[in-house]
Amino acid sequence: MNIEYVGLKSINGPLVAVEGVKGVAYEETVELVFHETEKRAGRVIAIEGDTAIIQMFDTTEGISLQNTRTRFTGRPMELAVSPNILGRVFDGAGRPKDGLGAIRSSKKLDINGSPINPVSREYPHDYIHTGISAIDGLTTLIKGQKLPIFSGSGMLHNELAVQIVKQANVRGAGYGIVFAAMGVKNDVAQYFIRSFEESGVLERVVMFLNVANDPIIERVLTPRCALTAAEYLAFELGMDILVIMTDMTSYAEALRELSSAKGEVPGRKGYPGYLYSKLASIYERAGKIKGIKGSVTQIPILTMPNDDITHPVPDLTGYITEGQIVLDRELSQRGVYPPVSILMSLSRLMKDGIGENYTRGDHFACSNQLYSSYSRVSDARSLASVIGEEDLSPVDKQYLKFGRAFEERFLNQGFNVNRSIDQTLNLGWELLRMLPISELDRLGEKEINSFIKTASEE
Amino acid sequence: MQTYDKMNMEIYSISGPIVKIEGETTLFINEMVYVGEEHLIGEVSAVSTDETIIQVFENTTGLKAGDPITRTKNPLSVTLGPGLLSGIYDGICRPFDKIEKATGSYIGRGVNIPSVDGNRAWDITLKVKVGDRVDEGDIYATVQESSIIEHRFIVPDGIHGKIKWVCENGSRVAKETICEIESDEGSIFKLSMLSKWPIRKPRRVKKRLPPKVPLLTGQRVIDTLFPIVKGGAAAIPGGFGAGKTMLQHQLAKWSDADLIVYIGCGERGNEMTQVLEEFSELIDPRTGKSMLERTILIANTSNMPVAAREASIYSGVTLAEYYRDMGYHVAVMADSTSRWAEALREISGRLEEMPAEEGFPAYLPSRLSAFYERAGLYETLGGRTGSVTIIGAVSPQGNDFSEPVTQNTKRFIRCFWALDKSLAYSRHYPAVNWNISYSEYAGELQEWFNEKFGTEYSKYREEMIRLLAEESSLMDIVKLIGADLLADEQKAVLDIARLIRAGFLQQNATSPIDSYVPLEKQFNMMKYCSMLYEKTKELLKLQIPQSVIRDSGVYELMIKAKYEIPNDDLGGFTVLWSDITHRLGEVEERYR
Repeated sequence: MNIEYVGLKSINGPLVAVEGVKGVAYEETVELVFHETEKRAGRVIAIEGDTAIIQMFDTTEGISLQNTRTRFTGRPMELAVSPNILGRVFDGAGRPKDGLGAIRSSKKLDINGSPINPVSREYPHDYIHTGISAIDGLTTLIKGQKLPIFSGSGMLHNELAVQIVKQANVRGAGYGIVFAAMGVKNDVAQYFIRSFEESGVLERVVMFLNVANDPIIERVLTPRCALTAAEYLAFELGMDILVIMTDMTSYAEALRELSSAKGEVPGRKGYPGYLYSKLASIYERAGKIKGIKGSVTQIPILTMPNDDITHPVPDLTGYITEGQIVLDRELSQRGVYPPVSILMSLSRLMKDGIGENYTRGDHFACSNQLYSSYSRVSDARSLASVIGEEDLSPVDKQYLKFGRAFEERFLNQGFNVNRSIDQTLNLGWELLRMLPISELDRLGEKEINSFIKTASEE
Repeated sequence: MQTYDKMNMEIYSISGPIVKIEGETTLFINEMVYVGEEHLIGEVSAVSTDETIIQVFENTTGLKAGDPITRTKNPLSVTLGPGLLSGIYDGICRPFDKIEKATGSYIGRGVNIPSVDGNRAWDITLKVKVGDRVDEGDIYATVQESSIIEHRFIVPDGIHGKIKWVCENGSRVAKETICEIESDEGSIFKLSMLSKWPIRKPRRVKKRLPPKVPLLTGQRVIDTLFPIVKGGAAAIPGGFGAGKTMLQHQLAKWSDADLIVYIGCGERGNEMTQVLEEFSELIDPRTGKSMLERTILIANTSNMPVAAREASIYSGVTLAEYYRDMGYHVAVMADSTSRWAEALREISGRLEEMPAEEGFPAYLPSRLSAFYERAGLYETLGGRTGSVTIIGAVSPQGNDFSEPVTQNTKRFIRCFWALDKSLAYSRHYPAVNWNISYSEYAGELQEWFNEKFGTEYSKYREEMIRLLAEESSLMDIVKLIGADLLADEQKAVLDIARLIRAGFLQQNATSPIDSYVPLEKQFNMMKYCSMLYEKTKELLKLQIPQSVIRDSGVYELMIKAKYEIPNDDLGGFTVLWSDITHRLGEVEERYR
């Protein structure tokens, strides 16, 4: 279709309306040409009779009601894919940014994707070794999982994500990384690129960069482009793909800005009511499909405004993702790295991916008792802050000691240390042996005999 | 089969899942329509002389103004019949396995497949003969649908008359006529194994019965502290990570209902896959068959179209009522009703309706009450007893129980199992907070429990509740001065309460022994906890310090009883008790 419509009916922020159109499809992409040469892209977001409402991906600066010609492409937003996208850098809307030219491929995929049929899904079971005790031991990452990092500004979430990429044992011929930056600072994007380079994986990374000063409207497309690439690599080329998306809070803010421009009824904190659906349509694009080799594992990163976990973005994210890794300001200030607040962290797929055939038979018991004992530490600490450490009961004092050791030895491991699962679990048992046996109420006779008693007699 | 109105209708406007037709039409409310060239399924949600509003259950990308809309002259309905069991369906009851065959691993559009396969053959047994008098609700034939569920075909609403013709017993395909009834007015009704029912319309019953039998779940905190009846309505509110889904799965696995309808409404795709995988492997302890044989799954995951999410709840309850009318006890798990309420909000926003609290439409409470009121114990039209129990998860935003969905739900349910994040953080599952949860059915069920176990049952239960309450007020003091300064009697209360929490309330879903616990064992656990408390008090009277009693390790022994004493051999409790009395005897000896 090459019909062009001259002129516009109205321009309102990023929304323009074109009148008198025929045969326009909902959500198709649009090209606006003005001053004869300059092109800008947009998408149809509503149709009413012969009027199409278009949301622009670029600024509407310089556009007047008269100087524009509108061309409807007849296609939804698409991303051209081929095996050559590995190692390339794209902007937030999927256009090449590295000067290496366009991706030549007849294969173009709708960036919105389609939901995976629950019957076709394969339930994720395979453990990903990250070498980080807090994750491997207590919030185990599973191939095909979506496990976000909840952080706050100033904490080392980027380092943690890089360490996971560096140490994850998904290596081999069929692995790749898709990196999506949304509204992060240029420095942060550069840090990731440099880290990929240093660990020698750059040619296996596909990057979609929409940094802080890039158009905000493209930001809502960035995760969708990235996941389209990820799904293609995983489910058509059979690769194991790790997707890192940062920062989901910026994505949600872009959505809010657009929503308010459209004059929609705002929900909590001004975010649109459909934020949950939008986030879900991103996070749900992780997983495994029966009979296909590849997998999509997501590690989205989000910053909690004011470290508030009840803020709509972390809150809704937690309802969709399969757990969360929460970073803690206090631990971070005490120099513990990674500063994972394990009580608030959770991996929902962990229980099916650990144990005899995956990690070790005693993994579940060990992690369960560590969680339970560590939760007693905070009780003892709040008591100590009232009556002083001196007056605590002997058991509570032991808990305080255990708590400190747990944070300084188990959690704190440094950026370059890669611990094996044996090291992690043995360290866990060693710490538990600091507590009296009567306090270990999550363990059965068997575990007490083989991990608490025998080892302490040695 | 269907007659289409030839009247030309065209799409005028499109916005998200909502399309509109301009001008006056003869479409009726809740009529199912096909939208666009691809025949996307839609439903009429409002009509006026100016416009007709249709919500579309599939992704509307690519629709154009001017695309055709075809009417079906039928309300949005689900096809009912044998073969529903063990299946997984989308929000408007299309079977996912057939969708997979049609469009592959990703869900495509415009797939119009009925929930039940009309060409599948079943071995039918007729229950009536020519000349018999039948009324609505009577059973005219049966089919063994799964090894545990007999599918009973009942005479539809409003039909009274005589059997004019029946087929012979044996193999018949589902859509074939198997029985003809001549009604009192002289018209002939041909009945097959299939029937249709509009998803939003509750099925008729003779009368509501007062519920008095518990729905046993094998979960101690529920069965003992906050029990639910067959035909009851319960809500499980909890923030993310509090274990709502886990608890729903446990209830779906172990409830003593005949049938489970599990609605995954706006939740995770992997969770539905997990239910499919796990339930097909799990063996139901009561029947010895796979759990999947008594389960129907409805899945509208969070990335599927929002209009179908709104419909999924109704689809699920309609299936439940269909089996209820055959005389079964059905439990419906809805996970999560908050996502359903959000779907209402999203559609309401698209329709530019006036928002009430937090953007939810003003009709949220009435929709919620209409849903939960479909729960109940009933005498069906045919005089059988059946029930629908509804257990809805609620996902409060920001873990704030004062938000509209939680608050409005609370008004229409009688069982409130509040999940607590801090319990979940310390891995105490099920994280049901005993201080804010309640069950209004507890009083009504007292008689049933006392009949089974004697009045001791209520005594033990009340003592347990009292000890937990005492503990929480003592903890306020402990938080200020520490536990060491308490009197020994109070320390004993803390120790016993800890025993109740760790040994009784906390239940390990991954342990083969502890995942499901029969009522007899629950009763024994309560009984021996109570006996241990009595014994403790006796020793305290002899001036033996509580710390010495604690150090004898008797409480740990009791806590481990849940793992060590098998569910089918409760003799272990006598052995355990003699061990405990022996240890306490030694303590007593030392202090003599």
